[in-house]
Amino acid sequence: MRWLLLKDLQILRRSPLLVSLLVLYPIVIAVLIGFAISRGPDKPRVAFLNEVPPAASVLDLNGQKIDVSKYGQQVFSRIDPVHVSSEKEAIAKVKSGAVLAALIIPADLTQKLESGTGPADVRVYYNAEDPVKARFVQDTIKAEVQDANTALTKQFTKIALNYLNLISKGGDISIFGKSFNVLGLEKAQGIVQAAQAGLPRNDPLRAQLGQVANFARLARDNLNLSNGVLDAVGTPIRANQTILNGSTTPLDAFGVAIAVTVSLMFVTLLLASGILALEREENAFSRLVRGLVSRTGLLVEKVGLAALCSIAVSLLMLAGIALFVSLEWGRFPLWIVALVFGAFGFGAMGVAIGGITREVRAASLLAFMVGLPMAFLALVPSGSVSSGLYDFIRVISALFPFKPTLDALNSALNSSGSIGLPLVHLAILTLAFGLIARVSLRRFA
Amino acid sequence: MQQPVQATPAGTPEPALVLEARDIVKRFGDREALRGVTLEAARGELVAIIGPNGAGKTTLLSILAGIQRADSGSVSRPPGEIGWVPQQAAVYSKLTVAENLRLFARLEKVPDVEGTVERMLVQTGLEERRNDPVSQLSGGNKQRVNIAVGLLSEPEVLLLDEPSAALDPRQRERLWEFVLELAAHGTTVIYATHNVLEVERHAGQVLVLADGERLFAGSPRQLEQIVGARELDFEEAFVAFLRQQGH
Repeated sequence: MRWLLLKDLQILRRSPLLVSLLVLYPIVIAVLIGFAISRGPDKPRVAFLNEVPPAASVLDLNGQKIDVSKYGQQVFSRIDPVHVSSEKEAIAKVKSGAVLAALIIPADLTQKLESGTGPADVRVYYNAEDPVKARFVQDTIKAEVQDANTALTKQFTKIALNYLNLISKGGDISIFGKSFNVLGLEKAQGIVQAAQAGLPRNDPLRAQLGQVANFARLARDNLNLSNGVLDAVGTPIRANQTILNGSTTPLDAFGVAIAVTVSLMFVTLLLASGILALEREENAFSRLVRGLVSRTGLLVEKVGLAALCSIAVSLLMLAGIALFVSLEWGRFPLWIVALVFGAFGFGAMGVAIGGITREVRAASLLAFMVGLPMAFLALVPSGSVSSGLYDFIRVISALFPFKPTLDALNSALNSSGSIGLPLVHLAILTLAFGLIARVSLRRFA
Repeated sequence: MQQPVQATPAGTPEPALVLEARDIVKRFGDREALRGVTLEAARGELVAIIGPNGAGKTTLLSILAGIQRADSGSVSRPPGEIGWVPQQAAVYSKLTVAENLRLFARLEKVPDVEGTVERMLVQTGLEERRNDPVSQLSGGNKQRVNIAVGLLSEPEVLLLDEPSAALDPRQRERLWEFVLELAAHGTTVIYATHNVLEVERHAGQVLVLADGERLFAGSPRQLEQIVGARELDFEEAFVAFLRQQGH
């Protein structure tokens, strides 16, 4: 078997183009899929025009000042603003496709906010020729306006609470440049109660003043509850999230696991299937199995070779990724375990494909045809399809090594979930595909 | 079923058999590919197996080579003692001639790998092409490498499946020179062929198969005599024989 392994490595060494494609293509595909899944769309380029004069960007709500431009900066955290000088220029940029949309803050925004007579408007322009793009712009702008609204609501709530506090406890207030002292319910209650105590017991005013004092106390008690009520008005619904299945793996880290799994899958599947089929294409199979190598030995050699190569490629890929994404090198032994089990699972599947197809080109084609859907099916999230279809997808995914390899690698790389179950799953799949490959060799010669 | 014609010249001493396959039966599902075929070959003998397509020639050779198992019957030698040269060159095109020979010598567990490789390169006249990848060789030279691999373990019996099928006349001639030299040195060569001329010119014994049955075993001359048409050449005699046997 050692000599066969060396022979296969020698053949690979003499096929530099094939090996380059075999290594580079899966890596490119893997990185693209990893990026596509782990990253949302980048910040959209949006033309931005703020017509509010700098002097008018501060909102004065009865002496309480709010700098609206501060909230504009929040919008920039989600968009890539392209500052324009006029609404016409903004529209032209949207039409030409230079930007995805245009956001115009009208000059009277702060005035409308100050007046409190109705909501202030911002103007948004975008092309809707692409429904996906239109939806994306709508969602982004809506989210931004919602965030700005929430932030402003908090400020308004704060101001309202100050007023309520003033009514409750009393104090000074400045309106239109003039200062006033507000007595407040607390002091009013004290004054009324003092006046009530000074009256004769049978004075009818005593009972009436008692009612006023009670009203002042009740009003103060209820105003104390207003803090929570106003907070609830600002954020009526809050999401309290509990994860039932899966883990809190960051999207970038999950993308790494996906990229490595895809790469491992393609390299192993293509190598194992191709190099077994090559034995038949070179007519060497019949010569080998007439006592020189057992059929099972031949399969083990092919799986071992493919696993060796794909693990090496995957480790190189991880080393490259580690330059950009933080990886836990302390878990390296677990990476190796996950990669070995995954590679053997894919390798066994590869030799089954090679044994069934019996031709290198057909084997490569079938490996691609099975590999890609296998990967995509394993990535279908629950809830995106009907429960029946999702159960069916889970069953299909369980029949191939992609999902358990992804789970094992995600666990090894990101401490996400148990690694034991995926490894057992992979061991079972390796045996099952190995058996299929062994049976297929009966008619291989 | 007609009884097979056994032609053994009277008074001739029985040669020492180096390979004896008895009553070989092979079925593929319901189809019987070989129906109790017997073959005997002596040391240094050239045995040709001929017959129409689907007669069972390659199946018989595959069973003798140990690639397929017979459903019943026996073969006197284990596959490891028999050299096997398939119809298509069974060598790795990306490896050089010497690397192919070295690889198979190691797999055959030949005691002196390098010595054996050198000997086979000389024997096949491929010393100068030793470092050439097999993919760059002509069909004739590829077949030589193919045969050389079959001879690495110095087998007493060599099986050739249509050895000259893909060769031009000049390459064919050179191949037969090589094979005849092997036989002259005592190697028993059993070959399947469609080329009746190669049977007439080289075979000491011809085995005629049709529909998995052995119809005849004897010399080409005896086959002509059985047909009884003196003016016919061997090819015509062979066709006439098949007709007589109902094929």
